[in-house]
Amino acid sequence: MRIGEHDWNLDPIGRHIWRGQLEVGQLLALAREVKEEGGQLVALWGADDRRLGGGFSIHAAFLTSSGLAWATSALSADAPVYPDLAHIFPQADRMQRATFDLLGIRAESAVDDRKWLRHNAWAEGDFPLRKDFTRLTPHASRLTEVDAYPFIRVQGDGVHEIPVGPIHAGTIEPGHFRFSVIGDRVLRLEERFGYTHKGIEKRFEGMDIATGAKLAGRVSGDSHSAFAWSCCMAVEMATASEVPERALWLRALFLEIERVANHLGDLGYLGNDVALTFGFMQFWRLKEDWLRMSAKLFGHRYLFDCIVPGGVAADIDNAGMIELGGICARIEAEVQELKAIYDEHATLQDRFANTGICKPDLAARLGFTGLAGRASAQAWDARAQFPQAPYDQLDVNMATQRRGDVLARAEVRFAEVHESLRLIREILKRLPTGEIRAPLKPVQAMCEGLGWVEGWRGGVLVAVRIDASGKLDRVHPHDPSWQNWPLLEIGMLGNIVPDFPLINKSFNLSYSGPDL
Amino acid sequence: MATHLILRKIFKTGIVTEPAVKADPSLRTREQELHEEILKVFGQAVAIRHVDAGSCNGCELEIHAINGPHYNIDGMGVKFSASPRHVDVLLVTGPVSRHMEEALKRAYDATPEPKWVVAMGECACTGGMFGESYASCGKISNVIPVDVEIPGCPPTPVALLQGILAAVGKGRK
Repeated sequence: MRIGEHDWNLDPIGRHIWRGQLEVGQLLALAREVKEEGGQLVALWGADDRRLGGGFSIHAAFLTSSGLAWATSALSADAPVYPDLAHIFPQADRMQRATFDLLGIRAESAVDDRKWLRHNAWAEGDFPLRKDFTRLTPHASRLTEVDAYPFIRVQGDGVHEIPVGPIHAGTIEPGHFRFSVIGDRVLRLEERFGYTHKGIEKRFEGMDIATGAKLAGRVSGDSHSAFAWSCCMAVEMATASEVPERALWLRALFLEIERVANHLGDLGYLGNDVALTFGFMQFWRLKEDWLRMSAKLFGHRYLFDCIVPGGVAADIDNAGMIELGGICARIEAEVQELKAIYDEHATLQDRFANTGICKPDLAARLGFTGLAGRASAQAWDARAQFPQAPYDQLDVNMATQRRGDVLARAEVRFAEVHESLRLIREILKRLPTGEIRAPLKPVQAMCEGLGWVEGWRGGVLVAVRIDASGKLDRVHPHDPSWQNWPLLEIGMLGNIVPDFPLINKSFNLSYSGPDL
Repeated sequence: MATHLILRKIFKTGIVTEPAVKADPSLRTREQELHEEILKVFGQAVAIRHVDAGSCNGCELEIHAINGPHYNIDGMGVKFSASPRHVDVLLVTGPVSRHMEEALKRAYDATPEPKWVVAMGECACTGGMFGESYASCGKISNVIPVDVEIPGCPPTPVALLQGILAAVGKGRK
C-alpha cells in the first residue's frame, strides 16, 4: 500500500481495508506520512499476545487516501513500549492512556501520562486486559481510595471552578466536567470520563461469536446497528464467510433508520435547549412514530439484534415496504416544515449561530470526525469515500458545513435526515431477493478481522480476533466519541456556561462507547 | 414569520397524546411500605431523578421518549427533577459500574424518605450482558434497595410508565 513517498507492507484484507505488521519503529514513520498526506488516526488499542508465544502488540487504524490502514507492531513481554503518536495525532492521547490503564503498554515520552479509564476499581499496576488478570472483584483498597484525578488548574484573579457530574441534571450518561470560569465565561473545560467503564473488552474474551455480536451492539445503545454491523463485518472477514446480498442491503436499511431516529431526537433536543419546546415535541412525535414503525416492521424499536453474524434476523415484505415508504415521505415533508420554522426563528438562530465554534483548521489538526467533524469541514464519510457493500452502489451524498458552530451541526443533521430518507427509499426500490442469513464458515485456526461502519455519530470500528476453538479472544470496539470529546473542550472556550448544554447536545457524544 | 408557522403546525398536528398508562403492580419486588390511605393522598404525583449507573444509553432513549407528546407524563403526575433531594423515586439504569457505585449510593442517601427505587432494564434487573466483573457490580439491588424492576432491553415506554407508577402504587398482592 502506498502512503506518501513509500510503499508500506500493508495488504488489502477487505474492501478499502488494509493490514500489516510493522516494526514498532516504523509505526511512527507511518503515522507521519499519513499525517502528511492529510490522513487521520482513527483508533489505537493494544493486545496481550503472550499466550500466543509473543509479548504484547499495539494496533493503530489510520484513515488514508486509499482507505483504512490497520497497522500492528509486536512489543516485548517485559517492557512493552511504543513511540508516542499523540504529538502527531492529538486524538491518540486518551487512547494511549486507556491502553496503558488496561494493558500496561506505555507510549514512550508521551506528554500526558495521567490515568484515563482507571478510577479506583483496579489498582495502579493491575492491568485488566492482561490474560492473567482474572479477578472478578475490585481490589481491596478501593473503598478507601478515591479517584484523585489531577485536573489542570487555571489560576488568576477571579477564576473559579465549577465541577459538574458524574450525575448530571438531565437524563444523560455520567461523566465529569470541570469548568474554569471568570463570571459566566469559560476559560477552560476539562473532561473526566470512565464512569461507565464496565469491562466490556474483558467480557468479550471467551464469548461465542453470536453473543459477542449482541454485546457489541450494546457498547453504545444509540448506535446499536453501527456496532453490531461492524462486529459482524469483522467476524465475517476473519472467517472468510459470505453474507447474502439481501442481508447487506437490509443492514444498510437498519443503519439509515438508526441515523434518522437519532437525528430526529437531536434536532428536537436542540430546539428544547433554546427554550423552543415546540421543536422538542414535534421532533419527538416524529421520532416516536419512527420507532413504532421499527417495532412493527422489525420487532424492536431500536432494531436490537436485527444484525447477526452471517446476515440479518429481520426481513421486510411488500406490505412493510409500502408502509416504510409512506412514513419516509411523511417525515420528509414534516421535517421540511419544521426546518422552515427553525430557519425563521430569531431566538433559535441567535443561540445556534456562532456558538461552540470548532474552526476547520483546528478540527483537522485534532482529528474531528463524524457528523460533528463534517460541520467543521472535515469531509470524511466512509459511506461516500470508502463504501462497503451496498453503499458502493448507493452513491451517498455527504453533508458538510464550514461554520463549525451549533448551527452547522444542526444543518448537517437536517441534510443527513433527508439523505438517509432518500437512501432508505432507494434501498427499498432495489432490495435484492434471496436469503437473509448464511452460516459462518467454521473456524480452523486463529483469525482476525476488522469492521468499519459510518454510524450516525461517525466511524465505528470493531477489531476482532477469534481463537482456534471459535471463541472470541480479543475484541476492540471503537466509538468516534474518542476523537470528538476533546473538541468539545475546544468548542466551549470563550462561551458562557449556560450554553454548555446546547453545545454539548449539538455534539451528542457517547460516554458508554469510549468508556467501554 | 415563525410564530405563524408554529401556530399553523400546532393546529395541524392536533393532540397525539394517548390514554394514560396504568401501574403494573406485578413489577414490584418489595411490599409497599406506605399505607394505602397515605398513598391515596400522596400517590397521585411522583418526582423522579434518573441515575445512569453505567448503562449503554439504550434505556435513556426510552426515558427521553416518555417525555414526548404521545405519553403526556405530566398528565399522569410524573415529573423529572434535577436533584435527588427533590424526588420520591430514583430511576436507575445500567449495571452499576464500580466507578459509579459511590455516586449512586450518594444519590440514594441524598433522596429524602419515603423513597422508592425503580431499576430499569435488563442490566439494572440482572446485570444483563455485562454481569459482575472487576468493573461492574451487576444489578442495582447489589448496591441499593430496589422496589420495582422493569425488564427489557430496553423496556418500552409503556412498560417504563407502568413500573414508575407501580413504585408509588398499591402493594403487591
